[in-house]
Amino acid sequence: MIRFAYIIIATAALLFSSGAASAFERFPPPDFESGYQQPSPTTPHPRQDIYEYIDVVVLLAALGLSSYLVLRWRTRRAIFVLMVLSLFYFGFWRKGCVCPIGAIQNIALSVFDPDYAVPIVVMFFFLLPLVFTLFFGRTFCAAVCPLGAIQDLVLLRPISIPEWLESGLRLFAYIYLAAAVMFAATGSAFVICRYDPFVSFFRLSGSLNILILGVCFLFVGIFIGRPYCRFICPYGVILRQLSRISKWKVAITPDECIKCRLCEDSCPFGAIRAPTAEWPAHDYNKSKKRLAFLILLLPVLVFSCGWIGFTLRPVTSRVHDTVRLADRIYLEETGKVQDTTDASDAFRATGKDIKALYADALDIQAEFGLGGWIAGGFVGLVIALKLIGHSLRHRRTDYEAERAGCLACGRCFEYCPKEHAKRKLAKETVGKS
Amino acid sequence: MAENKNGINRRNFLRNGLWAAGLTGLGAAAGFLSRRSSKRNTVWQIDPEICIACGNCATYCVLEESAVKCVHAHAMCGYCRICFGFFGPEPLDINEGAENQLCPTGAIKRTFVEDPYYEYTIDESLCMGCGKCVKGCKTFGNGSLFLQVRHDRCLNCNECSIAAACPSGAFKRVPADKPYLLKRVDIDKNNTAGRTPASSQTFYGLPKRQRDRFGAPSNGVDRA
Repeated sequence: MIRFAYIIIATAALLFSSGAASAFERFPPPDFESGYQQPSPTTPHPRQDIYEYIDVVVLLAALGLSSYLVLRWRTRRAIFVLMVLSLFYFGFWRKGCVCPIGAIQNIALSVFDPDYAVPIVVMFFFLLPLVFTLFFGRTFCAAVCPLGAIQDLVLLRPISIPEWLESGLRLFAYIYLAAAVMFAATGSAFVICRYDPFVSFFRLSGSLNILILGVCFLFVGIFIGRPYCRFICPYGVILRQLSRISKWKVAITPDECIKCRLCEDSCPFGAIRAPTAEWPAHDYNKSKKRLAFLILLLPVLVFSCGWIGFTLRPVTSRVHDTVRLADRIYLEETGKVQDTTDASDAFRATGKDIKALYADALDIQAEFGLGGWIAGGFVGLVIALKLIGHSLRHRRTDYEAERAGCLACGRCFEYCPKEHAKRKLAKETVGKS
Repeated sequence: MAENKNGINRRNFLRNGLWAAGLTGLGAAAGFLSRRSSKRNTVWQIDPEICIACGNCATYCVLEESAVKCVHAHAMCGYCRICFGFFGPEPLDINEGAENQLCPTGAIKRTFVEDPYYEYTIDESLCMGCGKCVKGCKTFGNGSLFLQVRHDRCLNCNECSIAAACPSGAFKRVPADKPYLLKRVDIDKNNTAGRTPASSQTFYGLPKRQRDRFGAPSNGVDRA
């Protein structure tokens, strides 16, 4: 018995010491005499492609229905029902993957890496909500997005936050978008997916950190309406810009605004704007000077933020595996650390050239330098445009839903007396006929 | 200020112009992306030649019970009486007692075939993808045990959590119609049946240099 084991060990050791890294037939497969049939590994198939296309059809239907409910049907209840259905389909049934928010990264990667082909389903998930937003406003956010829906459900005690704070917090979404595109384009990581706070609810499993993050978001969401959508969501900031120029938009009143102020506090997302007062004449020159200053500040902000992004490249590039590995190998080679990691062991086992690894890591760091300029410059531009936007006055005569910030949830409809009058009229007409 | 409701004023003209520009932009983006897109869907899979069986698959999957399981290519197996994927961890003290079994969940079944050969099969309902048996089989045996993403379980996340934690870069995206990277099934013919050549696949999209980071050692490069 023991001798048998020794023979095996000796054989194994002999073969192993011959420098063969990959396994091969150390022990030739036997020829069976008893008519034994070898089983072969089972290969259960992944989800069929047809279901992926069904997802696209469901998305298209949900977007169309949502747009119809928001712009024509105009009842919060119908929008709410569709929102819950979407939450169940895209959230709990499809486990929140793939979603348009995450699709940003696939698209960014396919733009920058010629070897990566984005699956056509992911492309549809990215583009369809954009097209619908360009026509109908953010009806995707209203009743299709599962992340928005789960936050909308917990919004019980909405409080309003000042406009400057909202605008300032929203800056984070732009930074997140810029960072997510940079990390995806360099092939480092899909950070939007990694830090999706609600996905562990959809899957009913996941890492503890993400679960805690999700619980925090939902808790904050009881008081502050849809915090992820307003301050974090990188897809939301794209939709904002398209919603600004959309063909049709949410109207609070179906008729003419009578400035009754009833809808004033109805929006939990702070998207309803009151009519503006007349602009006092003495403010005019001061504002003109301030605008000129801000326009001059724009290139300065773009450059300085770009420079910050560039300077951060030793930090940002560490998100990439190769850079992390090269750092680790360098520490090990120079004797600064004694132990090894799984990754460094695996690298050494391949016998690849360490200098080539260092060169790769430097290449990637240079890419992050360029990416830092672009991402930082983008953030600087956003800050500058925000400042300029705040110093411009828009004339409003009615209570209006702000195009960019309106999530088309339909809460304000029921507050408008004109809406009530119209519905009653409609009911009476139906009753008579 | 009296505004001509249907006519052209500066604001409406600007808005319509921007809208047209937005539509054109989206159209251009759609055109560009459809050229770069692929009708073939992709799924995650482990390249068993690169996998180092570190054990991350058991713990990093978003599923409670990992989507990664051990697969046994019986055609490669030596049917050893003392299997190093089955017994462990002290090779010199090995006897066939149950206390020496390597698998923490008892997912490997050992059955007698004919003297002196034993068949080893995986009970997938018990396997948690820790890769302990894989390591043993790879180090001392034929390497017929290896880890694979089981697609009846995998959620096909946009970013696989295990892939992000994989120290050897063994996770890659493979076409959904060839979802497994099985080790060669027919060793006698020395072909690659059931296995798509690694170079012809569309990967998750990691840049080329990283993709071949743990590939075959390049010839002619002297090791530092």
